[in-house]
Amino acid sequence: MDTAKLSNSFLSGIKDGIPIGLGYLSVSFTFGIMAVNSGLPVWIAVLISMTNLTSAGQFAGIGLIKASAPYIEMALAQLVINLRYSLMSLSLTQKTDKSFNTLHRLILSFGITDEVFAVASGKAHEIGTKYMYGLVTIPYLGWAAGTLMGAVAGSILPDSVSSAMNIAIYGMFLAIIIPPAKKVRPVLWVIILSVAISFLLHYTPYLNKLSEGFIIIICALVASGFGALVYPVEEVAK
Amino acid sequence: MIYIHIFIMAGVTYLVRMLPMVIFKKKIESNFIKSFLYYVPYAVLGSMTFPAIFTSTSSLYSAIAGTIVAIVLAFREKSLLTVALSSCLVVYIAEWILRLTNLL
Repeated sequence: MDTAKLSNSFLSGIKDGIPIGLGYLSVSFTFGIMAVNSGLPVWIAVLISMTNLTSAGQFAGIGLIKASAPYIEMALAQLVINLRYSLMSLSLTQKTDKSFNTLHRLILSFGITDEVFAVASGKAHEIGTKYMYGLVTIPYLGWAAGTLMGAVAGSILPDSVSSAMNIAIYGMFLAIIIPPAKKVRPVLWVIILSVAISFLLHYTPYLNKLSEGFIIIICALVASGFGALVYPVEEVAK
Repeated sequence: MIYIHIFIMAGVTYLVRMLPMVIFKKKIESNFIKSFLYYVPYAVLGSMTFPAIFTSTSSLYSAIAGTIVAIVLAFREKSLLTVALSSCLVVYIAEWILRLTNLL
């Protein structure tokens, strides 16, 4: 079996997906706890994880559900928070082989997450559907299983433990954004601007009446727009 | 209605992943859109993290301790799992100390 075939097998996808799935266990565990703490039933938490498969969007989503946010706000928040997946999907279309027909694209696009994208786009060869099905399987199961365990354990765990676990998701976000910010200066400026606007909108009288979803939308639009205008990608991605 | 909320969440999240993959077969031309999309995850995650991280635990002090540890480990490019669990552990220890000293 040559390497191209090997990298296109279901099993090799499964193998690459295991570390992602393990990582997801702890984050989705936290999601399960937070969902139950905000008053959602266990099975709703699992349903959200099985239909969404996204960290930031789900965490924002339970906040919006809790606040009974308007549907349009939910849609806009999810759109902006998850817009990055469009870029990843788009980028992966340059990487897929001929086995990706429309049906496979309809199914497999559901499984594109930050980490799945990172692994898939890091492959030296073109990606086949078999490999991709393997790659998304373990992360998907890990995400659902972690949510279930967190949601069930959430009501059993002592407050001291669930308080400590609430910071996990933010720790993960920092682990995603800080390494690139270290290497690519414009990314650092975009993050600083976004965080500054976020503080401003949270603590300025009147402005702090804006909902969480819209604050994220405004921060993302302004900071990313600033980045795109001042530091266009060609000058950045060397 | 919670089911409508979940349906909207799932639907929008699926569409942003699915549409580009099904529709586009060639590269994006607009450099502005390319650049904008490149920065979006950083801006989103930055604004989701701050200031929310400081109120995510039982005490501002434990949150600050957890945040500092997360930033230092992330700066050293430790894995997502290592960073997330270390900050949890530090928050747990910090709150244990705060409780001992009756500050929590």
